[in-house]
Amino acid sequence: MPFIPHTQEDLAAMLAVMGVERIDDLFGEIPPDLLVDGLPAIPPALSEMEIGRLMQERSRQDGQPLCFIGAGAYEHHIPAAVWQIATRGEFYSAYTPYQAEASQGTLQVLYEFQSMMTALTGLDVSNASLYDGASALAEAVLMAVRANRKCKSRRVLVPRALHPAYRRTLRTIVHNQGIELVEIPFDRSGGHTAPEQIEAFAGGEFAALVINQPNFFGVLEEIDALTDWAHQRSALVIGVVNPVALALLSPPGVWGQTGADIACGEAQPLGMPLASGGPYAGFLCCKQALVRQLPGRIAGRTLDLEGNPGFTLTLQAREQHIRRSKATSNICTNQGLLVTAATIHMALLGAEGLERVAKACHANTKKLGGMLCEVPGIEPLFDRPVFHEKALRLPAPAADLLRSVAAHNILGGFDLGSDYPELDPAVLVCATEMRTDEDITTYAQELARVVETRSRTPYPVRPKI
Amino acid sequence: MSNTPDDLKYTKEHEWVRDKGDGTITVGITDHAQDALGDLVFIELPEVGRQVDAGDACAVVESVKAASDIYSPVSGEVTEINEALVDAPETVNDDPYDGGWMFKLRVADASQLDGLLDATAYESVVAEES
Repeated sequence: MPFIPHTQEDLAAMLAVMGVERIDDLFGEIPPDLLVDGLPAIPPALSEMEIGRLMQERSRQDGQPLCFIGAGAYEHHIPAAVWQIATRGEFYSAYTPYQAEASQGTLQVLYEFQSMMTALTGLDVSNASLYDGASALAEAVLMAVRANRKCKSRRVLVPRALHPAYRRTLRTIVHNQGIELVEIPFDRSGGHTAPEQIEAFAGGEFAALVINQPNFFGVLEEIDALTDWAHQRSALVIGVVNPVALALLSPPGVWGQTGADIACGEAQPLGMPLASGGPYAGFLCCKQALVRQLPGRIAGRTLDLEGNPGFTLTLQAREQHIRRSKATSNICTNQGLLVTAATIHMALLGAEGLERVAKACHANTKKLGGMLCEVPGIEPLFDRPVFHEKALRLPAPAADLLRSVAAHNILGGFDLGSDYPELDPAVLVCATEMRTDEDITTYAQELARVVETRSRTPYPVRPKI
Repeated sequence: MSNTPDDLKYTKEHEWVRDKGDGTITVGITDHAQDALGDLVFIELPEVGRQVDAGDACAVVESVKAASDIYSPVSGEVTEINEALVDAPETVNDDPYDGGWMFKLRVADASQLDGLLDATAYESVVAEES
């Protein structure tokens, strides 16, 4: 839809029809004592030239370090065409597609995104995205508790090996909904959520089990055993998954005997830059039977009055503008621009391309882990297979080592100590397809040098006890 | 002008009640209600065995433009639900008083049936609303 400006004459004509003199008259019902007169606390404006200069100075403070941090947001190569296309005016400035006849392009992109996510997760339905992976998990939990007809419990089992920020967000969102989150410990040698141990921690009936694949430590979980166990207990299964990993790993839809019921996660690895933490997009998919409990927008394909195919937002009776307080969620939006980028990204890579990316990440992390573990005192924390991240035990405080390598422009990894004090000192490292052999060797050599220097440097004498 | 059969009882929330005479009742929504809602696309019925109090929201009907709660007219236990509506919700639009029946209740307290409206009283309610 093109931009159609109006002239002063147009404005005057419209006001005349409404019987008002000025636009301000339309706001007459706002009590005068509530009207704001200017914004006194805002400093005076800078000119475009001054702002440009200021921002350039600030941007020079940004480094371009070598990144070995994963932990929920991953640096992947984004083909230049992705944002070239996504920043086209038709995509970039498109509004909410409530008016279907004026939004066919937007709706088709959403439909394509949904189709791709169902293909990746092996499930039947997807929504048009949520804010991010963490809130998508919260929505999945709320949905599972609502939808579970066989079990009225409001307890949900959440693995401790799930991303700490996801667990915090989940607690924040479901806390006041009367849902009890029960934490399941991880196995100290495998780093996984052991099926043989989970029964002891379940503590009774539960509405849903959250399975994170791969988990926060990059470790691969026993998804089939866990899924079947939960289903036998009349619980629903929520898979929190990495979309790039799904190019290689078994998708949630085929976990266990009957598949996971809901899958969610972070779509950032698909065409979205790290961008200091966002904006990203969450995805949420489910089995057909649960579609009416799915929150968020859903784009559907249908026929118009003349029998021509077209797209529209559908199943809107789930949403607030119809159900009000009984809606499936308070969300009434989606991350349209990020989803557009993700869809273009997936279309450009294709299934084969995505698989190659996943394999390269896996291979590079294996190489990275191998080289880092040659440094004295560094060893794997866990012995089970991983996807593209590895948790390593360190011979010295993580903060010290990370600071040392940061001085050489390397972001060494995610310090696991504050979220998992029992593992301290430890770091979670990740090497995506963007890390070359040279990058990995540089990091390993630098870390080796740092560790070696520390072991030589005289320290205050420590008691031998 | 909606159809309001004389042999049924009604609620202000536009449900109809057929007293089977054996301690059970059949419940559905009126012709006026289905007309106001528009084409129904989905009906969520209560579980058989569920205990409901008079006034409890126990079912939901969804049309393309609205979602409405259906309230239990009396206290009792759900004994049967019309499964056919799951695949053919439009039956409620076509045949609200017969094929479109929604659920049956075993009535806990028969005196609650006395508080329901007759056809004439219900028609006044509808007239007042419009």
